[in-house]
Amino acid sequence: MSTLSELLIIAIGSALVSNVVLSQFYGLCPFLGVSKQLKTAGGMGVAVIFVITLASLVSALIYQFLLAPFGLDYLKTIVFILVIAALVQFVEMFLKKNVPSLYQSLGVYLPLITTNCAVLGTALTNVQEEYNVLYAVVNGFATAAGFAIAICILAGIREKMRYNNVPKAFQGMPIVLVTAGLMAIAFCGFSGLL
Amino acid sequence: MKKESVWKPFINGLIDENPTFVLMLGMCPTLAVTTSAINGLGMGLTTTVVLTLSNIIISALRNIIPDKVRIPAFIVIIASFVTIVGQFLEAFLPALNSALGMFIPLIVVNCIILGRAEAFASKNGVFASALDGLGMGLGFSVALTLIGCVREILGSFSVFGISFAEPLQNIGLAPIAIFVMAPGAFFVLAALNALMATIRARQLAAGKESKIRAGCDKDCASCGDTGCVHRFYDADGEDKAVGKKGEEK
Repeated sequence: MSTLSELLIIAIGSALVSNVVLSQFYGLCPFLGVSKQLKTAGGMGVAVIFVITLASLVSALIYQFLLAPFGLDYLKTIVFILVIAALVQFVEMFLKKNVPSLYQSLGVYLPLITTNCAVLGTALTNVQEEYNVLYAVVNGFATAAGFAIAICILAGIREKMRYNNVPKAFQGMPIVLVTAGLMAIAFCGFSGLL
Repeated sequence: MKKESVWKPFINGLIDENPTFVLMLGMCPTLAVTTSAINGLGMGLTTTVVLTLSNIIISALRNIIPDKVRIPAFIVIIASFVTIVGQFLEAFLPALNSALGMFIPLIVVNCIILGRAEAFASKNGVFASALDGLGMGLGFSVALTLIGCVREILGSFSVFGISFAEPLQNIGLAPIAIFVMAPGAFFVLAALNALMATIRARQLAAGKESKIRAGCDKDCASCGDTGCVHRFYDADGEDKAVGKKGEEK
């Protein structure tokens, strides 16, 4: 199989079939917490795409050229979490100084993503699946795109749902979880894709 | 009375401020690994070990770690213990290790652990912190096991791997398979959240104070003083980036 078709399969698999929130349960907190409005959800989605893609690249490079050759495989959790935290801080400072317009739209979301389990989860999945750097970046981007798709759909539904008459006990979080469950059922339908 | 006060952090974590049922923390692993009671229990106990050990070390080092770098320092300590426990499971309990999969290393970013480090261990003595970690961890374990039981009973007609499907299938009942799949986790948590919200409403109506958080009702900032608040975005105020620690919603 050619590299391109393999990459395509990885991308579709990570974005839709095993969606990062709806079937893997990574990054549930921002998914539930920042999905009240479509606008903020979109911002969060873009920020997550940005951070996860970058973190996948950096962690794959570190793993391939530093941890694996020296047999330091067991340190990957510690190294990755520190690298991700430092990376996010660095990106935030860089954007603030050099690209203020982008910082305006993404900045507020960045600190929240530092310890989001989706970032660390994706980095570790890349190692587990033995992806090389290119595959890792594509997988990271697709995973994050899956997150963005899911959070935008949920935010759209929640905006509509504000005008609905929800039973008292289910107001607030419970009805959102039911919505997420129904979305998860819908996403189960993608499993026939691959 | 004195004896009671020693055990207070333990009871507090186990019942009064149960991390799952009352504080609604650490929802990612709660949803992901509770496909069966055994998996829930395994995840809970693994988290308990990490939480207790990291609470002890963080509490012992609380006067040495500079305030400004405390979060990275906590994360390194927690990640070290997670690595140790992960290696242990890989060597001695490979079945559990593969069932929990990625959620073992992801204990690092579980907000219960960082939350307790920030809210309790960095302010209290070693013994109290150990008890707090043990109580919180066991509270988490009990909650995960119960949720796992519910999902296992509904989804595959068994408890702790002991199947009782045959007599039920003979009278024409089939397990509701969706409860052991991803959507079922959301539904079970929704029902649990609704139940806790109802209890909270009753408590408030009776004029009592309720410790039950509305879950992530508004946003993750409802984690309040448990320490993970500064990691999350305030969904209400669009431009307010991060809630301050201990800020009341």
